[in-house]
Amino acid sequence: MSPTQWDLPVELCCRPMAFVTLTGLDVVYNAVHRAVWDAFCANRRADRVPISFKVLPGDHEYPKCRPKRTSYEWYIPKGILKTGWMNKHLNLVPALVVVFYELDWDEPQWKEKQSECATRVEIVRQSLQGRNTKVAVVLIQKKTPLPPGEDVIASERAAALCNACELSGKSLFVLPHTDHLVGYIIRLENAFYEHAQTYYYTEIRRVKSHKEFLNKTTHQLLFVRHQFKIAFFSELKQDTQNALKNYRTAYNLVHELRAHETNILEIKTMAGFINYKICRLCFQHNTPLDAIAQFRKHIDLCKKKIGSAELSFEHAAWMSKQFQAFGDLFDEAIKLGLTAIQTQNPGFYYQQAAYYAQERKQLAKSLCNHEASIMYPNPDPLETQTGVLDFYGQRSWRQGILSFDLSDPEKEKVGVLAIQLKERNVAHSEIIITLLSNAVAQFKKYKCPRMKSHLMVQMGEEYYYAKDYTKALKLLDYVMCDYRSEGWWTLLTSILTTALKCSYLMAQLKDYITYSLELLGRASTLKDDQKSRIEKNLINVLMNESPDPEPDCDIFAVKTAQKLWADRISLAGSNIFTIGVQDFVPFVQCKAKFHAPSFHVDVPVEFDIYLKADCPHPIRFSKLCVSFNNQEYNQFCVIEEASKANEVLENPTQGKMCLVPGKTRKLLFKFVAKTEDVGKKIEITSVDLALGNETGRCVVLNWQGGGGDAASSQEALQAARSFKRRPKLPDNEVHWDSIIIQASTMIISRVPNISVHLRHEPPALTNEMYCLVVTVQSHEKTQIRDVKLTAGLKPGQDANLTQKTHVTLHGTELCDESYPALLTDIPVGDLHPGEQLEKMLYVRCGTVGSRMFLVYVSYLINITAEEKEIVCKCHKDETVTIETVFPFDVAVKFVSTKFEHLERVYADIPFLLMTDLLSASPWALTVVSSELQLAPSMTTVDQLESQVDNVVLQTGESASECFCLRCPSLGNVEGGVATGHYIISWKRTSAMENIPVIRTVITLPHVIVENIPLHVNADLPSFGRVRESLPVKYHLQNKTDFVQDVEISVEPSDAFMFSGLKQIRLRILPGTEQEMLYNFYPLMAGYQQLPFLNINLLRFPDFTNQLLRRFIPTSIFVKPQGRLMDDTSIAAA
Amino acid sequence: MAVCIAVIAKENYPLYIRSTPTENELKFHYMVHTSLDVVDEKISAMGKALVDQRELYLGLLYPTEDYKVYGYVTNSKVKFVMVVDSSNTALRDNEIRSMFRKLHNSYTDVMCNPFYNPGDRIQSRWALLPVSASSPGGPYFLCPIQSRWALLPVSVSSPGGPYFLCPIQSRWALLLCPIQSRAFDNMVTSMMIQVC
Repeated sequence: MSPTQWDLPVELCCRPMAFVTLTGLDVVYNAVHRAVWDAFCANRRADRVPISFKVLPGDHEYPKCRPKRTSYEWYIPKGILKTGWMNKHLNLVPALVVVFYELDWDEPQWKEKQSECATRVEIVRQSLQGRNTKVAVVLIQKKTPLPPGEDVIASERAAALCNACELSGKSLFVLPHTDHLVGYIIRLENAFYEHAQTYYYTEIRRVKSHKEFLNKTTHQLLFVRHQFKIAFFSELKQDTQNALKNYRTAYNLVHELRAHETNILEIKTMAGFINYKICRLCFQHNTPLDAIAQFRKHIDLCKKKIGSAELSFEHAAWMSKQFQAFGDLFDEAIKLGLTAIQTQNPGFYYQQAAYYAQERKQLAKSLCNHEASIMYPNPDPLETQTGVLDFYGQRSWRQGILSFDLSDPEKEKVGVLAIQLKERNVAHSEIIITLLSNAVAQFKKYKCPRMKSHLMVQMGEEYYYAKDYTKALKLLDYVMCDYRSEGWWTLLTSILTTALKCSYLMAQLKDYITYSLELLGRASTLKDDQKSRIEKNLINVLMNESPDPEPDCDIFAVKTAQKLWADRISLAGSNIFTIGVQDFVPFVQCKAKFHAPSFHVDVPVEFDIYLKADCPHPIRFSKLCVSFNNQEYNQFCVIEEASKANEVLENPTQGKMCLVPGKTRKLLFKFVAKTEDVGKKIEITSVDLALGNETGRCVVLNWQGGGGDAASSQEALQAARSFKRRPKLPDNEVHWDSIIIQASTMIISRVPNISVHLRHEPPALTNEMYCLVVTVQSHEKTQIRDVKLTAGLKPGQDANLTQKTHVTLHGTELCDESYPALLTDIPVGDLHPGEQLEKMLYVRCGTVGSRMFLVYVSYLINITAEEKEIVCKCHKDETVTIETVFPFDVAVKFVSTKFEHLERVYADIPFLLMTDLLSASPWALTVVSSELQLAPSMTTVDQLESQVDNVVLQTGESASECFCLRCPSLGNVEGGVATGHYIISWKRTSAMENIPVIRTVITLPHVIVENIPLHVNADLPSFGRVRESLPVKYHLQNKTDFVQDVEISVEPSDAFMFSGLKQIRLRILPGTEQEMLYNFYPLMAGYQQLPFLNINLLRFPDFTNQLLRRFIPTSIFVKPQGRLMDDTSIAAA
Repeated sequence: MAVCIAVIAKENYPLYIRSTPTENELKFHYMVHTSLDVVDEKISAMGKALVDQRELYLGLLYPTEDYKVYGYVTNSKVKFVMVVDSSNTALRDNEIRSMFRKLHNSYTDVMCNPFYNPGDRIQSRWALLPVSASSPGGPYFLCPIQSRWALLPVSVSSPGGPYFLCPIQSRWALLLCPIQSRAFDNMVTSMMIQVC
């Protein structure tokens, strides 16, 4: 028996196709025949009819047909299905034999040829005697045939040939050997297919006809056999529906058979075959659920049919095969388009197959543990005469025996022994691993990462059993992290235990140490005695000695391993192993914590390293070093103990190099930071803890950052959630959970010990040189050097402010655009303790608004920290917000000489410009001078002298000036006429002498100038007196180039009597003036209305008295008649 | 009834696993762990459903040859997994459902235990806690409620009970209290015992 005896036979697994043999083709020497054959068998696509062709010689001997049984009465079947039957009908007994013969219709030697052909047909018929196989003849012709009916000779000769060959017309074909060969071939094979189907149909009928002769008592096996045959023929006929129906019946019949230990294997084998066929057809019919249901039913029915206990591994092997075959079918269906889901995919079946394979291995191990002296029986009971069994699933030493009693128990014993001994040679692990890896591939596809990991663990374990430790370790190592990251410690421990065994057996030092470290850790669920054993081994390894073997290892493997370990010891080489712990959970935990989030550069940086061991016994470490992002600090943070290897176990509880289980050890480190690192972050990049020492073996545990391993983040989270009160501990001990890693700290500059004061008088006034006095006083104990001042606008404000702010140290000159907004690093010199210095800064702000000013003082000082002299750079800054305001408001107005408000001025007529300077500054202002710069179009009436020189204005006070101006006629100017500029020179009253005066230029408003045809002004005294004459002279000036007719009339007033022309009409020549003299005589005292002069210009009707009233006074104050001063007043009059 | 009962944290690590002692414990651990594949998939599939419409019972996760694995997920994503012998046909969906509900209630009691820190593995530990017995209406025990300590009345049936009092002084006694619910353990045991 081959080792693959459990594999399903090929003829069962293939798709049955109608079998047709072709004879008379010489495919070796005849090119035409070769082409015909190629057209039949080459490139058969799925759309071609399902036929399997075979070329055979014309005189081929087909399997003999057994004589027909007339009665089944005495017939007792020897088994269910003969092993050769399926193959016989697939590959040996054709449904149709085709005889190819080269013959054209116009063949001259027709007669001879015809009889030769008939002979060939006869030979074929002879060898098929007793079978229903059809025979057909194909004539290979060189000429293209004429359409049917046209070729008279052809039809005659065809009929003759049929007659001679005893063929029906339907079985004679013509194959013209022309261009369209493939087309003809396809038509031919379709015709063959029909013949084949008829053949299989008759075969089915033939098998069915046997049924009536059978009886239930003796022919039970035949029921199954016949049902199977019908189904199989149906499949050959491509009638899969009926095939399925018949297979189902056959399946039920198999289970109706009386089962006994002797025939259970045969029943299971047949049940397996039929089940395979049913499932296969169900998948083919796209009813996967039916397939699954059938398979489940099959498994449930057969699970308990173990058979002989001595050969129970056979049952496991068979079960495994059932699952595997179903998995294969399922997978194949998926490849053809079926969709599987996460919970129903082929992976489960492969997985189950693997489980049974494992069970088989277990059973084989316990049943086949014969001693080496037991020889394989001779003669071999498993050999048969033909080399194969007659019936599927029978025992070779008692084939065809149906009795349930064992006729020859001795023979049986020998047979069983032979099977058991054979089973010993089976590579079980290989089978299991293949199945598991099939399952892994499936679960990977259907999103089952955990299932995949689990199967990989099993694969790893199987490799371990198969002594392939390298592969085992590779697989286990690969999946470990999945279990670790999800915190399944029980599973992790189990995997680690296997991995440790592997690494021990291979003497893989680094792996051995790594797994030991984790198995001793808090993630391990091992019992303390196990942990102690592992710890002892680990210490041995660190002392360069061999560890004790792991329990439950193969004795031979242990022996090899011990040799390997011995070699390792003698081997000189690198004995330092660095193990990064962030990916696993070692038995030493580490946390680093800086005492503060920041340190001043003049105080030492301090931090603690907390260590905790979880192993059962105290352990000593030889070195602890901390690495920083700035490696210069590394040298300061090393603890090392020069201990010899043999001291590792001595005095284990003493010294700080020893870790006591469960106790937190705190190690304090301090160092002085470099001054270059001010403003930088100091980070612990790694912590290295060395176990063992360099003379033996040394393991360096490397924590990235400030400690923590694969499990610590979750633990930290849990600890943070917990509000459990922790019991009090002695002062120098801490709770591990309460330590929070702080792996970085900032170095900040030393706290300055100077004072910086700013003295100034806010707010600043626009454009002034605002004085800011900076006072720096040193409170340091030693001299400070290199004091530098940076002052000005604080950076980061509005960009426009930078343009409009200028800073200088020299207040004596006004600064302009070229001055910067911020003065940097002005050297100020050194300062002795207690000394102070003052520096004046001048700021010119061009716009109003608030600004932030920065004053930054930096200096150097020598400091001794931890007996080390360092130069510290300290700095202190002050910021101040200064508001800038306008120093004053200037109001300008135009008034007439009567001080009446003017909206426009009249050409050539004098008017007044009044300026009003209102101080808005909270500080007193000195107006040094003012100046009116007139535009060219303006002329002055009198001198332009400043009237406000050296006036001091307090807040809210104002200084006004008045200038009399005239504007010559300019014609009509759009937007008015420019007046000029008003320039004020001023400074703070409090400002020092040398502070420059600020000139503020104010542009005066434009004024609209209008021409008038007639100007009237009056000459009259400033007051009148009752009953005293009041002479008034009116001057009428013609301002036009025309002669003007003027009508003048005086309206009488109650307060006055008057003399002069009451009504007159006169002419005034261009540019000339006419005087009118009146003598008014006041009658009443008080502010009285003058008699009003009505002037009408005939040429300018628009010229109204309204306008006129602007120029001439309308009222006058009349004093009452004096009594005492009578004489003088009369004299004046 | 069940051969294995497990409570799995939101982050998928086991909070509690109990299996019948007669069989290989590791096998059930693997079984529960692999079933999380299906649980994850089911949770992500129903992620969009409204919270109040969500069915907590996930049904049969996957069948193996010998066992059936059922799942249940609470709103806080704590998972319950129950492994049942395939041959046990007495357990239908409804029974499983009600068993899960009982388990959920029991788990809620554990969460109510003031000494239980959510996310910790559920273990029965005993702790000594100070109890003021002499206060009116006593005895009380001191219990942390949101970082403050409060006096709560003690009775044997208080959440997480039973408790035992051991007097040490006239005013204060020590309360021997199961830090994490023993009741939960008992509940699970009862569910497992029904099998045998």
